[in-house]
Amino acid sequence: MEHYLGLLITSMFVENMALSFFLGMCTFLAVSKKIETALGLGVAVVVVQSITVPANNLALQYLLDDGALAWLGFPEANLRFLSLITFIGIIAAMVQILEMFLDKYVPVLYNALGVFLPLITVNCAILGGALFMMERSYNFPESVVFGFGSGAGWALAIVAIAGVREKLKYSNVPPALRGLGVTFITAGLMSLGFMSFSGVQL
Amino acid sequence: MVEYKKVLLDPLVENNPIMLQVLGICSALAVTSQMQVAFTMSIALTVVTALSNFSISLVRNIAPSSIRIIIQMTIIASLVIIVDQFLKAYLFDISKVLSVFVGLIITNCIVMGRAEAYAMQNPPIPSLIDGIGNGLGYSLVLMIVAVVREFFGSGSLFGFDILITVNNSGWYVPNGLLLLPPSAFFLIGIMIWIVREVRREQIEPVEFAIQSTAQATASHL
Repeated sequence: MEHYLGLLITSMFVENMALSFFLGMCTFLAVSKKIETALGLGVAVVVVQSITVPANNLALQYLLDDGALAWLGFPEANLRFLSLITFIGIIAAMVQILEMFLDKYVPVLYNALGVFLPLITVNCAILGGALFMMERSYNFPESVVFGFGSGAGWALAIVAIAGVREKLKYSNVPPALRGLGVTFITAGLMSLGFMSFSGVQL
Repeated sequence: MVEYKKVLLDPLVENNPIMLQVLGICSALAVTSQMQVAFTMSIALTVVTALSNFSISLVRNIAPSSIRIIIQMTIIASLVIIVDQFLKAYLFDISKVLSVFVGLIITNCIVMGRAEAYAMQNPPIPSLIDGIGNGLGYSLVLMIVAVVREFFGSGSLFGFDILITVNNSGWYVPNGLLLLPPSAFFLIGIMIWIVREVRREQIEPVEFAIQSTAQATASHL
């Protein structure tokens, strides 16, 4: 149990997807003007991440890994080189299914998250999560925890920067730095703040 | 011929994908602490963008538009797999450092963006050149950031020691901050600042104009 708690904290704070691995930067900078939209996108990322990382983990374990196809009678097959294309396919399919499911059964949530779901397919935080899962060879329960933790860390970062940016509108920024430039520098300062977690050993 | 030259050179400075279109920042920030790694990544991205633009442009007339994104994704993912396998086979150490970032070329917005914006409308050869141009534009920014980070962060360029650091009984005290993630944000922020100072039409409009104090007091009286 302690191990999973440690993994959760590490993936959320110490190895924050957005601020220490720079994943999902395009959306992180583009959709962080308002707290409300940032929160919507953040929740969507948490949901999609918690579904796709375990799903990709299952695909890796039972289809792609070295000797994984033994149950089909191919004990020598190693399809790991196909993992990139499989992961992106699974992510795209999962997002599509989630969108259809929400549209049919939970229209309230669909109205809130709907616009963000297509954006998420091309968010590198999602694919990055799956690739980290493969690189660090997590097992299934670990991948569930890692998926949720990394998604929540990303959501935390985007909501925090949206809060800063809402206040930043009223400040007198040098004209050429306005908008994108100052957002980069803010993100840098936030990343410095998150580095204070890096000494935490769990 | 003149047209090709324009397609190739435009994305380098005039319309740089990172500085002005703000595409593909993830990897630009993450792989720039060593020049060797940044250089490998630049080549990988240029190759993928050029070839994906070329192949997508080849199938642009026969691909139904409703499934074009899936087709683009499949083409790009296959190219990235080839690059990934190639790096693992011949440059294993660097591919270890790049870790997931080679795979993340798939979701790099430059590749998708150019495929959608240019290759879907243009014949294969100009698309190929556009891909190379954008790849080089990306590489240019990556290399500038990497030069600054590696030179001041560890006193070397391409792994060769230029400034002898204190640890090797030299005189240079390396600036460790430049090797950490936040410095990449600062460097790109400053680069955007400089580019916009030169090309002032890129400056974003103010959202909330701040009144001067004199005006504000006058209106309250």
